[in-house]
Amino acid sequence: MVRKHPNGKPTLSRRELLKGAGLVGAMASAGSIRTLASPVTAHPHPPAQVDTVRREALEMLTVAEADTLEAIVARLIPSDVNGPGAVEARAARYIDRALGGALAASRDAYRNGLAAVDGYARTSKGAPFAALSATDRDAVLSDMESNVAVGFVPDAATFFTLVRAHTIQGTFCDPYYGGNADFIGWDLIGYPGVRLAVTANDQRLVPRPAPTRRSAYDYAMFAKRRPARASLEGRGPWRLL
Amino acid sequence: MAIALNKTDVVIVGLGAAGGVAALPLARAGLRVIGLEAGTWLSPEDFAPDELRNNVRGWPHAVQKANREVPTHRPNAAAPYSPRSAIHPMMNAVGGTTLHYWAQSWRLNPWDFKVVAETTRRYGASRIPRGSTVEDWPFGLEELEPYYDRVEYEIGISGQAGNLNGKIDSRGNIFEGPRRREYPMPPLRGTGFTEMMTDTARKLAWHPFPGPAAINSRTYENRAACAYHGYCARGGCHIRAKGSTAVTTIPKAQETGRFDVVTQATITTIEVDANGRVSGVNYIKDGMEYFQPAAVVLLATYVYENVRVLLLSKSKAYPNGLSNNHGQVGRHYFSHNQGAAVTALFPRDLNNWYGLPAQGVAVDDWADDNFDHAPLDFIGGGNLWVYSDRRPIAAASMTTFGRVPQWGSAWKAFVKQNADRWNTAYLQKTTLPYEDNYLDLDPTIKDPLGFPVCRITADFKENERKVAAFIQDKMVDWFMAAGAAATEKGPIGTMGPTTHAYGGTRMGDNQDTNVVNRWGFSHEAPNLGILGASVMGTSGAHNPTLTAQALAWRTAEYLATNWKTIAE
Repeated sequence: MVRKHPNGKPTLSRRELLKGAGLVGAMASAGSIRTLASPVTAHPHPPAQVDTVRREALEMLTVAEADTLEAIVARLIPSDVNGPGAVEARAARYIDRALGGALAASRDAYRNGLAAVDGYARTSKGAPFAALSATDRDAVLSDMESNVAVGFVPDAATFFTLVRAHTIQGTFCDPYYGGNADFIGWDLIGYPGVRLAVTANDQRLVPRPAPTRRSAYDYAMFAKRRPARASLEGRGPWRLL
Repeated sequence: MAIALNKTDVVIVGLGAAGGVAALPLARAGLRVIGLEAGTWLSPEDFAPDELRNNVRGWPHAVQKANREVPTHRPNAAAPYSPRSAIHPMMNAVGGTTLHYWAQSWRLNPWDFKVVAETTRRYGASRIPRGSTVEDWPFGLEELEPYYDRVEYEIGISGQAGNLNGKIDSRGNIFEGPRRREYPMPPLRGTGFTEMMTDTARKLAWHPFPGPAAINSRTYENRAACAYHGYCARGGCHIRAKGSTAVTTIPKAQETGRFDVVTQATITTIEVDANGRVSGVNYIKDGMEYFQPAAVVLLATYVYENVRVLLLSKSKAYPNGLSNNHGQVGRHYFSHNQGAAVTALFPRDLNNWYGLPAQGVAVDDWADDNFDHAPLDFIGGGNLWVYSDRRPIAAASMTTFGRVPQWGSAWKAFVKQNADRWNTAYLQKTTLPYEDNYLDLDPTIKDPLGFPVCRITADFKENERKVAAFIQDKMVDWFMAAGAAATEKGPIGTMGPTTHAYGGTRMGDNQDTNVVNRWGFSHEAPNLGILGASVMGTSGAHNPTLTAQALAWRTAEYLATNWKTIAE
């Protein structure tokens, strides 16, 4: 289901586009997915490459916003000698979907913040963020983190902190939510995965148990109560008066 | 105009840790009981091991009335407000926060009931911190022991006794007060990491032991043994191994046929009759207003909401809020001094990916008055607790000990190497009430019904800060002796909304300084009982839930035994 783009970069099959991330875990547990990680690990990519990663239809972000966001997450958790990063884990896809639901309160922060990133990139480096070199992108992000970048409301550090937190969520969350694609995040930190029963031996200091490579919602027990991937309203409306 | 329902014997407001326990002795005694709960029933299928949903987003799949009324906080009356969280630390559902709590189920130690008397006796009255309004409880541990025992067996607690009728057993907590019998289940198993920490504590000549938990270490009353899957913290149990009241005392009460549960019921006020007695509860369900008359009302909604409901229930008899004619509702508030953590970095993987916060090892050598305070300048102490618990988003959000930036390739390499090499100890420390720490109604912030939310005005004082520094040093010693490469001390934090809140309706014999009497009933409105940690006057160094539950059972049993006196 993972095909290679003619330029050698992995892209996603039509089937995955249709099925969405909710089934990534199920397919992986059936042994059918492998692997977004290998080609990227073998060929650490220049920053411009993120622009060519194919993605399914955006749900909340504009194309321009998504390009900028992809370029940011690519530097926050880069693909490098330690393996694939936030781009390959599809952290931006996670954020895009969540902005239509659980993170809806942050929609304006992203609209304004991503525009401000581009604005600051233009004035300080002479080009939109996604068009900058890795070095210049890092310089812009450092200016945001240290809150010296201007043009942000309320300020650059607030937006930086927000995006960093959501990038970590999108890289290390249950793949059901559209991030942590192919368990890239969990493999990176050595999390052996969701298992419903853990033995005493699994809790010894060594050895660590083998990865399960399953989403929580791959387990039949929870499949019928899957929350919406983006919107996480409870079963039944919450009403007062 | 509200729809008036048929009168019942007892209405319990809130079916969490305390209300969910109180229903059982009442229904068994033959009383008709109605429980009003703001949330819904949740089932094992709702408890997916999903860190994003449970831990990061705060249970958006549940009916979370609490998230619409998060208390505001300011350190003192002159200070600006702290940032307000979007998520309430507690939750609404049948079973309440016992659905997703850590389930550490401690008894308080004997000293916690007699802080004033014991401190005065041993060190002199001048050692009571200035400005503290601490009082001794109206009774000692021995009065509560039978109720601790009863709740431990009804709910099912795993643990190791340390003091069996006065006989000390060094496998358990040698500092605990006497207990009449063993725990109903043996303790949860150790892990490679907790055994490493246990061995280290023994080498330091400390007295480590496995802590008590409302988690099944083996099958108990047809509920399964714990599977240690790693999503217990803020997660419900998919196999009912966690002894939430939703799977223990509440269904047992329903089996009597005399306990009815009403879900998604948001109570607004408690009604009062011409004689100053409570007459029932107003609530809203599905947009309709109801009045539930009752001979007795038990308020069991958690500390903040207990105080808020009382202050909102104004009447001719109680112009400043129900049971507040002595101005004590909201006073003597404190939140547990449970910040000031210590995080250690080890030079090896710890395999902490599975387990649960209740699966750990405790040291009480530095808790309460278990050590000599004569050469020190504070009273009280802390419980040291290390445990096996780790989830991926939290693991990746680890501190980098100042060694690398917070992002980029260096950060990624650090997290890749160290995600399973850190551990944060949980340090619960003595906290006292003070004159200027209190709860009231916020003058501007309101809930969706237009009622003001609760406002916390509170800050940790000198005694709490000194305890924190002392306990952090002990924890650093423990981690370093176990081979840690580095440690980092966390800040003490604020006294904002927390899962460990106490006071506001304190229990005591003196009605000038306490809201409820020694049995948990209002000094002013005799057929109003109040349940939960809002009646507790001290915290000790241990989790409050089991004490709140023992007190709830005791209040309910007293009510059943003295029904005519209280209800008629």
